[in-house]
Amino acid sequence: MTKAANNMTANNMTANNMTASIMNKKSRISDILLKIVIYFSASVSVLLLAGIIFYVFAKGISSVTWSFLTTETSTLKGTAGILGNILNTVYIIIITLVIVTPVGVGTAIYLNEYAKPGRLVRVIEFTTETLAGIPSILYGLFGMIFFGTVCGLSFSILTGALTLTIMVLPLITRNTQEALKTVPDSYRSGALGIGATKWYMIRTILLPSAMPGIITGIILAIGRIVGESAALLFTAGSGYYLPKSALGYLTKILDSGGTLTIQLYLSMSKADYEVAFGIAVVLLAIVLFINFITKCLVRQFDVSRI
Amino acid sequence: MSPRTIFIKEMKELSKNLKEMAGSVEETYERLFASLTDKNEEEVNEIAASEKMFGDMQRAIESQCLFLITKQQPIASDLRVVTATLKVVTDIERIGDHVVDMAELVLRLNMADLASYSGHLPTMIDAAKSMLHDAVEAFFGRDIKAAAIVVAADDVVDELFNKVKQDLLTFLKNEGKDEDECIDILMLAKYLEKIGDHAENIGHWEIFQETGNMKDARLL
Amino acid sequence: MNNSKIIIENLNLYYGDNHALKDVSMDIPEKHITAFIGPSGCGKSTFLKTLNRMNDLIDSVRIEGKVMLDRENIYAPGVDTTLLRKKIGMVFQQPNPFPMSIYDNVAYGPRIHGIKSKARLDEIVEKSLRGAAIFEETKDRMKKSALGLSGGQQQRLCIARALAVEPDVLLMDEPTSALDPISTLKIEELMTELKSNYTVAVVTHNMQQAARVSDFTAFFLVGEVVEFNSTDNVFSRPADKRTEDYITGRFG
Repeated sequence: MTKAANNMTANNMTANNMTASIMNKKSRISDILLKIVIYFSASVSVLLLAGIIFYVFAKGISSVTWSFLTTETSTLKGTAGILGNILNTVYIIIITLVIVTPVGVGTAIYLNEYAKPGRLVRVIEFTTETLAGIPSILYGLFGMIFFGTVCGLSFSILTGALTLTIMVLPLITRNTQEALKTVPDSYRSGALGIGATKWYMIRTILLPSAMPGIITGIILAIGRIVGESAALLFTAGSGYYLPKSALGYLTKILDSGGTLTIQLYLSMSKADYEVAFGIAVVLLAIVLFINFITKCLVRQFDVSRI
Repeated sequence: MSPRTIFIKEMKELSKNLKEMAGSVEETYERLFASLTDKNEEEVNEIAASEKMFGDMQRAIESQCLFLITKQQPIASDLRVVTATLKVVTDIERIGDHVVDMAELVLRLNMADLASYSGHLPTMIDAAKSMLHDAVEAFFGRDIKAAAIVVAADDVVDELFNKVKQDLLTFLKNEGKDEDECIDILMLAKYLEKIGDHAENIGHWEIFQETGNMKDARLL
Repeated sequence: MNNSKIIIENLNLYYGDNHALKDVSMDIPEKHITAFIGPSGCGKSTFLKTLNRMNDLIDSVRIEGKVMLDRENIYAPGVDTTLLRKKIGMVFQQPNPFPMSIYDNVAYGPRIHGIKSKARLDEIVEKSLRGAAIFEETKDRMKKSALGLSGGQQQRLCIARALAVEPDVLLMDEPTSALDPISTLKIEELMTELKSNYTVAVVTHNMQQAARVSDFTAFFLVGEVVEFNSTDNVFSRPADKRTEDYITGRFG
C-alpha cells in the first residue's frame, strides 16, 4: 500500500517536473563530490612534482658551481666535476638517436604503409610492445654479453648506445606508427591519385604530417636515455675522464663512459649526497630544457599551421 | 516500398482534385440540357450563376501543381503527370466556362426547343458530351488508345457544327424569322464545337502523359 | 558523332568473392560530362576508381576485362600508373588539400612529374587555379596553408591540383557531397566549363546534379549498368522500369 502510494507521488513529481519552469537551477550532490575529488587529485600531482623539484634544487643547488660543471672529477686534486659525464651523456644520446631514428621510423612506415595487415604485422607489433615492457636490467645483461663480449666492444659508449637503441626502438616505432595512423587516408589517395609513387607520397605527405609524432618519440627516447642506469652500468661502464687529445674525442666512443645518471648512482652508493644532489639538479634542468625544446619543435613542424 | 510516401500521397490528391473538377463540369453539362428538356428554368439560372466556381477550382489545382514542382521536383513520368495536369486543368475550366455561357444563351432563348431550329443539334450535344466524357475517362484511366479515339472524334463534332450551321441557314431561308434566336443557337453550337476541341486537347495530354510526345513531336 | 575517350569492355571486378561489377561495357565520350548514378553500394564509385586504377591499392580486388584509354588498355602489363594518373586525374568526395601552402598543393603534381623551374611552376599554378575558378580568391594568400580555405574553396583547390598535371580526363567522386548548396553550384558551374577541355566522369548521389550538369548518365544497380543514355533521355523517359523507379524515388 505505502509503496504504491510512494510510487504514485513519485509519478506525480515527475509529471510536475515535466511541466515546471526551467528556472530552477539545482546543484547535484554527486556532481559536487566528483568535482572535489578531481580537484584534490590534480593538486596532489602538481604539488608532488613541484615538491620534488623544490627539494632537489634546495638540496643540490649549492653543489652546482662553475668548476662542478666544467671539470672532470680528480682524486688527485680532490675535486668533483661532471663535465666528463655530461659529455658521455651527449655522446650516448647522439649515437643512439642516429641509429634508432631511421630504424624506428622505417619500421613504422613498413608496418603502417607496406605490410599487409595480418599475422606478420601482429607478430611484429606484439614483439615491439613486449620489448617496451622488459625491465632495463635485462637489456643491460644482453648488451653486456652480446655487444660487449660477443662483438668484442667491451665496456664502451658504443656498447651502451647499441643497447639503448634496442631499448628505445619501440618508443620511436610506436610513436611514429600512431602519428602515421592519424594522417587521413584522403591525403594518401589524393597524392596517389595525381600520380605520386608510394615512396614520393610517404616522403612528401606522410612524413611531414607525422613529424610531430616522430619528434615526440625522439624526445621520449632522449628522456629514457638520460634517465637510464641499469642498462648502462654494465655496458657503457662508468668512466668519467675527458679525452686528452682531439683524436680522443673520436676514439672516445670505444672507451668506457658513465652518463650523469650512472654518476648519480655511483655518488649515492658512496654516500656522497652533496654531489648526487648536484647531479640531480643538472639532470632536472636538462629534462626541463628538453621538454621546452619539444614543445617548440612540435609547433615548428605542425603542418596545419603555415 | 517507395520512400516517397508524402509525394505519392500528394500526387494522388492532385489527381483526385482534378477528377472531381472534371466530374463537376460533366455533371453541369448534363444538368443544363436535362433542365432544358424539363423546362426547369430555375436550374438553368443556377448554372448560369456558377461561373466563378470552376475558376476557383482551377486556381487551387494550379497552385497544387506549382508547389509540387517547387517542393518535390518531380521528374520523368511524375513530371509528365504534373505538367499534363497543369495543362488539362485549363481545358476543363474552359469547358466549364462554355457550359455556363450556354446556360446564359438558353435563358436568352427563353428555354426554346433547340431541335425545332436544327435537327442536328441534339446529336451534336450528345456527341460533344460523350467526347468530353471519354476524354476524361481516358485521361484518368491512363488509356492511350481511348485517348487516340477521342482525338479522332473531334472531326465528327466539327462536321456536326457545319451541319447545324446549314440547318440554321435553311431555317432562316424557309421561315424568314427568329434571326436573333438563330444567331444565339449558332453561338451555342460554336461553344459545343469548342468543347470538342478542349476534349481533344485532353486526349492529347493523355498521350503526352504516357509518352512525352505532343502530336508526334517530342516535348519531354 | 562523339569520339569515345574511354571504352570499357566487359569489365568485371571482384572484391574477394564479391562480384562487385558485372560485365560493364560503356563508351565515355570525349569532352562531355558523364554521370554515374545509382543507390549506395551499386558499384558506381568502384567503377569510377577502375578508370585510373585506384582499386589497385586494395589487395583483394581482381579485375577482368578491358578499359581502353585512347585505344590503349590501361590494365595491360607495362602500364605505368604514374603516367596513367597524369592523364586521368581524380577529385574526391571529401576535399583533401594537403597540409601545405596553396601554392605547394597545386605544384605538387607537376613536381612529381619532374618540373622544377620556379617560373614554369608559377605559370602552371596560376593557370590551374584560374582553370578551377579560384585564382582570384587565393592570389594574395598563395603561401598560406590550404587548410585555411572554406570547404568549397578547398574542393576547387583540389580540382586545380588535379588540373595542374594537365590531364585529359577528370574523375570526380561525389565532389560536392560535403559542400553547402552555393559551393555545390559553383563546382557544377566549373564542371560545365571544364568540359570544353576535359572529359569528365562524375559519381553523384544527387540526381538533380546529374540532370543539371551531365550530358550522359549511366544508372548502376547491384554492379550492373541498367541504362546508359543521354541525360535528357534518362531523366525524362528512361527506357528501363528500374531506372524510372530509381530517379522518381520509388525505391533506393
